[in-house]
Amino acid sequence: MKAVHGIAAAVAAGIALAAGLAPAEEKSPALQEIEKYRAALAEGNPGELWEARGEAIWKEKRGPRNVSLEACDLGLGPGVVKGAYTVLPRYFADTDKVEDLESRLVTCMVALQGFTPEQAKKDPFANPGQKVPMDALVAYIASESQGMPMHVSLAHPKERQAYEMGKEIFFYRGASHDFGCVTCHGASGKRIRLQDLPNLTDPADARRAYTTWPAYRVSQGEVRSMQWRLNDCFRQQRFPELEFVSPASIALSMYLAKSAEGGVMNAPALKR
Amino acid sequence: MADPMKIRATMVGDKVEVKVLMAHEMETGQRKDSKGAVIPAWFIQNVTATANGKTVLSAEWGPAVAKNPFLSFRFSGAKAGDKVVISWTDNHGDKRTDEATIA
Amino acid sequence: MRLCVAAALAAAVAGCAAIATQDAARGPSPEEVKAVLQSSFQAKGQAKLDRLDQDEVQRLCSTVRPGHALAPEAAHRIEAAQMAAIRYPQGSLVGDWKSGEKIAQQGTGKQYSDNPAQPSGGNCYACHQLDTAEVAYGNMGPSLHRFGATRGYTAEMQKYVYAKVYDSDAFSACSNMPRFGHMGILTEQQIKDVVALLMDPKSPVNQ
Repeated sequence: MKAVHGIAAAVAAGIALAAGLAPAEEKSPALQEIEKYRAALAEGNPGELWEARGEAIWKEKRGPRNVSLEACDLGLGPGVVKGAYTVLPRYFADTDKVEDLESRLVTCMVALQGFTPEQAKKDPFANPGQKVPMDALVAYIASESQGMPMHVSLAHPKERQAYEMGKEIFFYRGASHDFGCVTCHGASGKRIRLQDLPNLTDPADARRAYTTWPAYRVSQGEVRSMQWRLNDCFRQQRFPELEFVSPASIALSMYLAKSAEGGVMNAPALKR
Repeated sequence: MADPMKIRATMVGDKVEVKVLMAHEMETGQRKDSKGAVIPAWFIQNVTATANGKTVLSAEWGPAVAKNPFLSFRFSGAKAGDKVVISWTDNHGDKRTDEATIA
Repeated sequence: MRLCVAAALAAAVAGCAAIATQDAARGPSPEEVKAVLQSSFQAKGQAKLDRLDQDEVQRLCSTVRPGHALAPEAAHRIEAAQMAAIRYPQGSLVGDWKSGEKIAQQGTGKQYSDNPAQPSGGNCYACHQLDTAEVAYGNMGPSLHRFGATRGYTAEMQKYVYAKVYDSDAFSACSNMPRFGHMGILTEQQIKDVVALLMDPKSPVNQ
């Protein structure tokens, strides 16, 4: 993981940036300093650079068919980007599946641009110094839902199934440390080290947490998406690797998105 | 030329407030990669801002500045509709210039 | 009836996610959940797919929902079985607190990004306050500051600490705390060092 250097490095590695939660206890001096750090970082979100790059990629003719993504249906009709993040994941008739944003982008890269699924899914999470299209596209599309409330549908039976499956996975305890998502995200007012943890079973915390992804992670120097967040959680839970746009990842996203019902999108956000 | 900057320039009273986001790795030259080799230093060395032909900001940066740096500054001597031009060069000789109209 | 959900245009999924037709009121069965997980994870580094297999504790504890607890009979059964499986060292249970502090600070071990040849840490500060000189501590678990000083430096307390670190579920079924000994995360010597961190009168935790 890249060490944070420069002005931001004035904050020691042990101090972390909370997701905007108010801890239940009296704030320690360390936590007060974190709030000052967060306030100082509040403007100048490098995520905007990803938004600009993502918009360019959305409009760029790419792939064997040399076509842009502008006819891609993200859930509100072909080419409609504004508001699309608030209705994902959702059921799509053309693939007969529930899809989140990233799996839908893969679908469109294959169907419209002629990429193979392997090409479309390659390098979804940028390595140090690497530029990949996926996180820029996610940043752009999420930014076009800023200020709008989350409202995913559970009307279709497969949407309901995805939600219920995601919920079971959330509570699934396993691997060497007996961790499930619930272990860290099942109670209020908790933190690991100095990182506040949202209680994702509480609607208010769930709304606050979900609407700040994707985010520019200062410690990563990259924009990271919900697919990345889930992948990295499972790594730390000592599970094997969660595959990109796998059924479990989409089911979990569905559960989290529905739990965040009504939350106002504010992505890409800025996190430690 | 390197990746574009995002520049916002607005009037605050009689001063111009400029906010710039630059896309740059800003490698210190102190870090090692997973194989133990040093990642070479690569950072912005000079930043210049001009308005109406005059230099309003001149900066020499080093590796202490963070990746994807954010710069904010105010100056007087320009008004809404004028252009602000920001340029940077780095230690590899790479450079970037972008401009914005003061809102 | 099992439907094989095959990806049409989108990226192919390895195998079939056995999401059976089900009425909305009933959630997926444990078999269905396991099948989705198997088709969604891949082995990486030291983390193989068998990490998705649950033991009895994990299986039962996955049914616990916020605001609820396991039925008392199930909880007591788990606690008794886990207690019976604890392996205590021969001789002293107390190691070296300086090593214990390092173990408490280290957060790596068992992840697919970790080198399996390196010892794991206990990551105690993730959840607990210990030495107050460390300000970056979590609150998932209670503060352990002055643990031995408060409870007494007795053989019984040493044994309790060893057992609790070895297997927290022996005392509290479905505990959030990993079973450091039972699951082979920490070695016997490492657990003794953690006992020393809590129970050595000279340890910074007891100052």
